[in-house]
Order: sequence, then C-alpha cells, then structure tokens
Amino acid sequence: MSARVLVGVKRVIDYAVKIRVKPDHTGVVTDGVKHSMNPFCEIAVEEAVRLKEKKLVKEIVAVSCGPQQVQETIRTALAMGADRGIHVEVSGKDYETLGPLQVSKIMAALAKKEEADLIILGKQAIDDDCNQTGQMTAALLDWPQGTFASELTLEGGKLKVVREVDGGLETIMINMPAVVTADLRLNTPRYATLPNIMKAKKKKIANVKPADLGVDVTSRLEVLNVDEPAQRLAGVKVETVEDLVGKLKESGRI
Amino acid sequence: MGIFPRFTRLPLVSTFIWSQYSSALTAVGRETSDRALIVSSSQLIQHRCVHSRGSGASPANPGDAPPRSPFSRVTQKDLAFFTTLLPGRTITDPDLLKSSNIDWLKTVQGNSEVLLRPKTTEEVSQILRYCNDRNLAVCPQGGNTGLVGGSVPVFDEIILSTSLMNQVMMFDGISGILTCQAGCVLENLSHYLEEKDFIMPLDLGAKGSCHIGGNVSTNAGGLRLLRYGSLRGTVLGLEVVLADGRVLNCLAALRKDNTGYDLKQLFIGSEGTLGVITAVSILCPRKPKAVNVAFLGCSSFQQLLETFQCCRGMLGEILSAFEFLDASCMKLLEKHLKLTNPITESPFYIVIETAGSNATHDEEKLHNFLEEVMASSLVTDGTVATEATKIKALWSLRERVTEALTHEGYTYKYDISLPVEKIYDLVQDMRGHLGDMAKNVVGYGHVGDGNLHLNITSPSKDPALLAAIEPYVYEWTSKWKGSISAEHGLGLKKRNYIYYSKSSETVALMGSIKGMLDPKGILNPYKLLPDNIQ
Repeated sequence: MSARVLVGVKRVIDYAVKIRVKPDHTGVVTDGVKHSMNPFCEIAVEEAVRLKEKKLVKEIVAVSCGPQQVQETIRTALAMGADRGIHVEVSGKDYETLGPLQVSKIMAALAKKEEADLIILGKQAIDDDCNQTGQMTAALLDWPQGTFASELTLEGGKLKVVREVDGGLETIMINMPAVVTADLRLNTPRYATLPNIMKAKKKKIANVKPADLGVDVTSRLEVLNVDEPAQRLAGVKVETVEDLVGKLKESGRI
Repeated sequence: MGIFPRFTRLPLVSTFIWSQYSSALTAVGRETSDRALIVSSSQLIQHRCVHSRGSGASPANPGDAPPRSPFSRVTQKDLAFFTTLLPGRTITDPDLLKSSNIDWLKTVQGNSEVLLRPKTTEEVSQILRYCNDRNLAVCPQGGNTGLVGGSVPVFDEIILSTSLMNQVMMFDGISGILTCQAGCVLENLSHYLEEKDFIMPLDLGAKGSCHIGGNVSTNAGGLRLLRYGSLRGTVLGLEVVLADGRVLNCLAALRKDNTGYDLKQLFIGSEGTLGVITAVSILCPRKPKAVNVAFLGCSSFQQLLETFQCCRGMLGEILSAFEFLDASCMKLLEKHLKLTNPITESPFYIVIETAGSNATHDEEKLHNFLEEVMASSLVTDGTVATEATKIKALWSLRERVTEALTHEGYTYKYDISLPVEKIYDLVQDMRGHLGDMAKNVVGYGHVGDGNLHLNITSPSKDPALLAAIEPYVYEWTSKWKGSISAEHGLGLKKRNYIYYSKSSETVALMGSIKGMLDPKGILNPYKLLPDNIQ
C-alpha cells in the first residue's frame, strides 16, 4: 500500500510533574519544567509504526506545532519509527494561545499538501484535555473520523475502528482518507532503542510557518484566569457514633 | 571450632516449619515458646522440619536464633508504666502486633507482646531508663524493611517503634542540612526536599517504608552511593538515647567539626545495639536539573565492566548510578510482575543514571557515550529516558527484582562486596556448585560499588540447599577478601558469620564497646554480635 500517514505529536508538561499556577494567574509555570510527548500522541505514533511494520502504510510524517523545543518531541517520534518530521513554527504569544482550532487548520492544510491518506492523533492532550483537534480536522477536510479508537484494522481499503464509548465498544467502518484519534488501550508504545535513536538523528525535519500554509493562528479565545483547584480539607476523626451523627447534623448533611 | 560453642548446649526437640505462603501466621508450639523462627501456614506445599537435639548432634544453622537470655518478662506493672507514659500508644493487641513481629521477607518472627510508639526523645529516654532498670530487652524498629532479621524481636523483646517520630525539625536551604526525627520515612523526606530543590543523598527500593533512623543505624547504601557517598560521610550529627536512658546530643549541623572523637560513627551501622537513634542531621545535595536514565544490554560480564570504565571516563562527574541485573532477573520480572523488557534479550542489563545541572550538556555527554559503546559493540542494545514516567519505569526493572524474587518461594539472600571483576564469577560458581538443588541463582546489584546481591531460590526452605550454599559462599567471599554483608548488615541471620570478614581481635573490641555502652545487653539482643560475644 502506498499510504502516507500524518501523525500529530504535542509537547506537553510531563505527566509526572507537579503543576504550579503562575503567580499572576494567567497560566501554569512552564519554564524549566520537564516536558515530554503527550501520552496519547505516543500511542498514535506507535499505531502508525505498527501499520508500517505490517506494510499497510508507506511513510509516516510526524508533525508538531510550537517553538524550537518541539523538535525534541518530533525526534522522539522519529526514534520510534516515523520517517520524517515537519516542525510548524509557532512561538511567543501565538504559541500561548494556540488551540485545537488553529492546529486542526494546520493539520488540514498539511494533509492536503502532503497528500496524506490517514491522520492519526491522540484523542486529547493532557494539558488542556480539549479532545477537539481530531474532530475539527476531520470536519475541515470533510473526511470520516474514527475517534477514541481502541482497535484499528485495514479491511479492503476501508478502516475498521473499534471505539470506546460510554456504553461499551462501538465498531464502525469508514472510508479512507480518514482521521483517527487514539485512545489509551489502542496499544502500548515501544521504547525507542539506541540504534533507532541514532538513526533518528539523520532523519529530516522540515520547517514551515503557519502563514506558508495559509493559516491564521490568532485565537478567538482569551484566558481570564487560571487557578488551582480548592484545597481538600483534612478530615475530622470522632470517637463515637453519637459524635458522628452530631457532626453530620451540624454540617447540615442529615 | 570456637565460633559456635553455644550450639552444643541446645535444649531438646525444637521444631522449625517453613512455608512460602505466610498469609496466615500462627505461632506453633507455645510450650517451646522460647524458640523463635516458627512460622506455619494453612497453605503449606512442602515443609521441612529441623530437629535440634542436645549435645552430640550437629549444631543448628548459625543463622537461627540462640536460646533466650535471662531478661525479665513484661508484667502488669510494666504495662501500667508504659500506658501512663504513652497513653494510646502502648499496643498490646496481638492483631496489631502481628506485622511488627515479622520481618518484610516473612522469614523471622518474634513473640513480642508490647509495641511502644513514642513521639519525643524524652519519651524514648524514659522508656529505656525504665527498661534498663527492669532488665527488659528492647527491639528498636523503624520501617521494618531490613533483610537480615535485625528489625524484629527474636523472643518477647519490647518493640520500640519510631513511626510517630516523624517531624522535620529544621532545614537550612543554603547549606542543605536537614535535621529531622528518626521516624521520618525516606520517601517523605525526598518529597519534602524536592519542593525546596534538594534531594536525599541516599535512595533505595524500600524508600516508601523505611525510616531515616533505621537507614542510619544500618548504614544503608542504596542506589546513589556511587555519586553521593555513604551515610558515614553525609550524616553530620545524631541524637542518640543510650541503654540507660541518657540522651547523647551530637546533633551538630556542621559540615566540619574536629573537636574530639567522632562518636556518631559508632552508632552509624550499629543496628540499634549501642543506642537508639532519635534524630539525624544530614547533608543533602541539590536536586539535579537534568536526570537521564539509560538501560543497556551487554552480552558478557567482561563487556559490562568495560562499559563501566568507558562510562566513568566519558560521563565522569554526571554519573549518579551504575546498576546491573542478569537475564534470570529479567525473566522473573516478566513472569511475576508482568514488566516488559524494553530492549532485546541480553545476558546482562545495565541501568545508568546521570544527574547534572544542565540538560543540554548532560545529553550531549550521554549521547557521545552511547554512540561510543554501540559502535564498539560493548553494548548490544539499549534505550534512554529523560521523562519522569519513563525513568520510573526503567528504574523499576532494577528496584523490583527483590519483589519478583519473593514470588518464587523461599529466597536465600547474600549481599556481598567483592573486587568488581570477581562479582559475576561468584554467581557462576554457585550455579555450578548447586546444580539442580536450586531453582534460580540470580545476580544483580550495585556493580559500580563492587556490591553483588546474590539470590538463590527454592520452592520452600531447604536445609540441604542451605548446607550446600553456606559456608561455601562465605568462604569464597573470604578468599577474595570481600565482605559477607556489603550493606544489609548482620542482624540476626548473619551475626555468627562476622568472623569471615573481621578478625577475632576486632570483634572482641566490638564486644567491649557493647559492654561499656549497654552493660545489661538490653538493646536489640541476639543481633549483630556473634553468640560467643553476646
């Protein structure tokens, strides 16, 4: 198959890091904080690599939007098995306000430019939890979408997607080209091994600006305030059942 | 031989029953309650009984408990004193006492009936003064994670727990000196320090449970010793309560202090036999800004050693850990804990950690090193992690080997220091020597420090296997002038093997010091010092 896959990878604050709100409440502290690839994007890359290993896909292109540092994230995707990367340069204020609408416009433009047959994205990013980019990209391209995928198979030029939904699992059949978003149980991402990490250093990452793709990244949203969730108060221990009932009555619970 | 005279005077008919499923523990044979180490379970698969008869029979295992010394027994009057001193913190409920009476490996169990939980040094002092007067034996207990049976009572010693002495007293952000009570859990201290941009100078697999007081009294080594040195260097001061209740305050928080004999060094590593540590002041390093972990595979131990040399040369000052495990360990991790091997199967695996203040600088050094070892084929495969979640995953492959082994049945553990080149020779020799008698013979450990953790498993406790292992392993170690206990200490299990690594004059002097500091011998009896000295 001569399919080309576009995989979006987002650089986010590492899952294990403790998040701190900036003193001016405009956002969270990102300076000097450990970042890594969004876990759902890792799963997306892994799925693309597995499709390539099964010879169902010819080329994997990893895409990330952001400042210079996102190149690390693209390199990780290359080390996992992607063939080349595209770095869409967005920095400063534009980067701070970059959201799913802008990214999906960029992905749609790249899909057309690169003549992609399949776009695989993580279902959501762990920093904003938007869960919108995949769906918006499909809408902009007027392509079918298979979101929350926990299983993906190619059957006679169509995609069979098993989706995780509230009631259980839903299986759908969609035409290609399509957009798929990866859910947790789609696969377990591989570790990038040293030989691949070395090879990845030689793979190409192209630089592109949103303007080159005809995309305007100005945001229509304004963040008013960012706060930590309310502190959970310590519990109170009581000695007897009577005390417990008394306290519950006091606080108006019963 | 002069070493074990006491074993020729053993009382009659003692029964030892072992099982690897010790979820339901009951003490067997209350009439022979002076005998410890009795564990039975309703899920015995295979058990062996070792009967020790009177003189004339072969001596029982030197690692087993000696007869009970003539300490007093706890009376109602004693309990009244303790409950007045520590209201609500004098535990006598057998169910609550259970977990404090048995060690982490579930191989040693005592019959203590009293667990005390003091909150202050003053309370510890009063407890010990009283116990010394009454001639009551005391077993100090921290997180109870020790591996040589040193942290639990052998008979009915009163358990003195530091679990409520968990306050940080002071932290100086400029010098990095932390002063805290002995019952602080290591992991909690790490989290406290991380907020302030510092870390503890030691790290070990038991960090979620072990207390800093216990770490100091056992001179714990751990995963960071290669970089930050041992507790003998990083502990700056101690507050210790002596056997008669006197409080020895050597809690200076000073980097340099050459005024007289350095008494704290006596207590570090004394395993609770010379005094009870109640507070510690320790020098903490700055938290590294960049931590990387590489997991590598080597096809021979020789190549592993050459990788170590290359590592030392190319990574130099940023190297913070160099650990190894063998293919047998990996198999057990996959089998019992369902962990995945991130690289291709190899005979040996190395975990390398770098820690530095500049990510770009460290990564460049690390990548150059990795390119070098891959190109020269010293290393056959590997992976690198810079993100916290991945780093944790790679470290768990080394840190959880001990846990994986507990699922294999009974484990014979040996913690040996040897010249680095000889480390794996011992593992291979043991494999050859034991043949089919052992189910697994695995080797892993702090190869950078010359410290091997040799573990041998069998479905259940097997005296014939034990007889084949010991004293062979200790003689082998002694031949190469190694230590029979690199970091785990002697506790109950290894006390009588001290002579393999220390001369009789040295041990005799240890006995004199013990006699001077604890004339009645109430502090953690039956531990550390061999039976002929106690």
